[in-house]
Amino acid sequence: MTIFLLGPLLFVAAMSFAQRGENGEIVWRLTTENYARLFGQGALGFDPVHPLLLARSLGVGVVTAALCLLAGLPVAFFIARLPRRWKGAVLTLVVIPFWTNLLIRTYGWQIILAPDGWVADVLRTAGWLAQGAELYPGWPAVLIALVCDYLPFMILPLYASVEKLDPALEEAAADLGASPMQAFWHVVLPQIRPGLVAGCVLVFLPATGQFVIPDLLGGAKLALLGNAVQQQFGASRDWPFGSAIAVAALLVMGAGLWLHTWMTKGKREVALP
Amino acid sequence: MNTRRSPLTAVAALVALVFLYAPLAVVLVFSFNAARYGTDWQGFTVDWYVRLLNNPTAIAAAINTLQLAFTSTFFATLFGTALAYGMSRYEFPGKGLFHHVLHIPVFIPDIVLGVALLLFFALVRRFLAGFELGMTTMTLAHITLQIPFIAIVVRARMADCDPQLEEAAADLGAGPWLTFRHVTLPLMMPGIVAGSLLAFTLSLDDFVVSFFTSGPGATTLPILIYSSVKRGLTPEVHALASLIVVVSAASVITVAILRGRSQVRS
Repeated sequence: MTIFLLGPLLFVAAMSFAQRGENGEIVWRLTTENYARLFGQGALGFDPVHPLLLARSLGVGVVTAALCLLAGLPVAFFIARLPRRWKGAVLTLVVIPFWTNLLIRTYGWQIILAPDGWVADVLRTAGWLAQGAELYPGWPAVLIALVCDYLPFMILPLYASVEKLDPALEEAAADLGASPMQAFWHVVLPQIRPGLVAGCVLVFLPATGQFVIPDLLGGAKLALLGNAVQQQFGASRDWPFGSAIAVAALLVMGAGLWLHTWMTKGKREVALP
Repeated sequence: MNTRRSPLTAVAALVALVFLYAPLAVVLVFSFNAARYGTDWQGFTVDWYVRLLNNPTAIAAAINTLQLAFTSTFFATLFGTALAYGMSRYEFPGKGLFHHVLHIPVFIPDIVLGVALLLFFALVRRFLAGFELGMTTMTLAHITLQIPFIAIVVRARMADCDPQLEEAAADLGAGPWLTFRHVTLPLMMPGIVAGSLLAFTLSLDDFVVSFFTSGPGATTLPILIYSSVKRGLTPEVHALASLIVVVSAASVITVAILRGRSQVRS
């Protein structure tokens, strides 16, 4: 188990310091060239492609987490306040799409958001979508599919926190003259913070490394870290550089987890669906 | 308990559920659409399902997928259970580190795991002639992916069990094997079943890891779907996808019922 897991990962890390030969073979000579490329050093001076890629991936992760939070909060409150015997059923309902094939859900969105589909038509008629602009391929489709994909990751830990919430505190705040908004901000939010942080991390990490969704819904211009890894391992046959990107993705993951542990002071609540 | 329920959260929850199920519903609906091209509804048909069953490529991929899922789940369940048992009953040096290592595949982007295993297999191939990418490498990759999930679920189950039960069995004269067979294993069983179902679903659904570790010969259903999406969708793919969705949903519901039952019992 350790051999099959740590071995390959260490091998990737080692590979990221190697060079690419003429025909895509691997030349084992120690170099940091791959990382320099990742941070924008090109053959002809500064090349923004890869730093932009990093920034775009992180940005997508943050935006997806924020959107999931907005969508997930009311749902978590709704489920937590259901009668006991309904909770399990609704939670299962939330989890089922997560366990169905990601590819299927992704191409489902492809159909819904098609340029000549009715969603695009309605939005155009309402004037919310410019004539000639498209939902798919493009950012809207990628974000919609990402939120749809990772929403369960947000709802489950949020629900676990909301469930433990003591409603008496909220009522006390109201009795002491706090507006609902103030009560939420000062009383509810600090209490559900562990779930909130866990949810954001659980959404952010996989969203940053997503490969299928941007590949199928984004078109060529919206590549993220995952697509770049695939590109280097597939078409470009530059395995060392691909490894460097994979290591970067791992570091992002490590940083996210560390931030999580730090924010919750070591009391990690890992919610596995 | 707070009984105050705002209609706003109910609406939000409904919208979220519709949002979650929309892509699945679309695929399901279109698998019964008689139209060969486009998104217009031209009447109900089960024709695509019939054609799918007569499509040798799809059948071969389905057999590969199931074979892969059963084989890898079987071995992952053995190893994962042994791991969970060892970790909750024995102390060994480096256990803390090992605990963290175990969680890596849960958080790691699957593409990183995929390329890592690909590189690893490429390395093995240099020393071992005849070790080609294909079903074997894919099975090994899936076992690696599944073990942590099984171990985590089984361990959670074991943490809920009272170790005094095992001591009682030993006091009553049962040997280590008898104790394990008649006390520990039945206690672990709900965890093992839930964990292996989860792992099975994971294997059925996995595309990214398979994509990197399969050779040209071994195609699974998710790989088949991916290449059809890239080439252009046909209603047959909708039919195939719908069948997969139904199987996954059934397995999730089974896990939920199993978990619910074990909670009631304990």
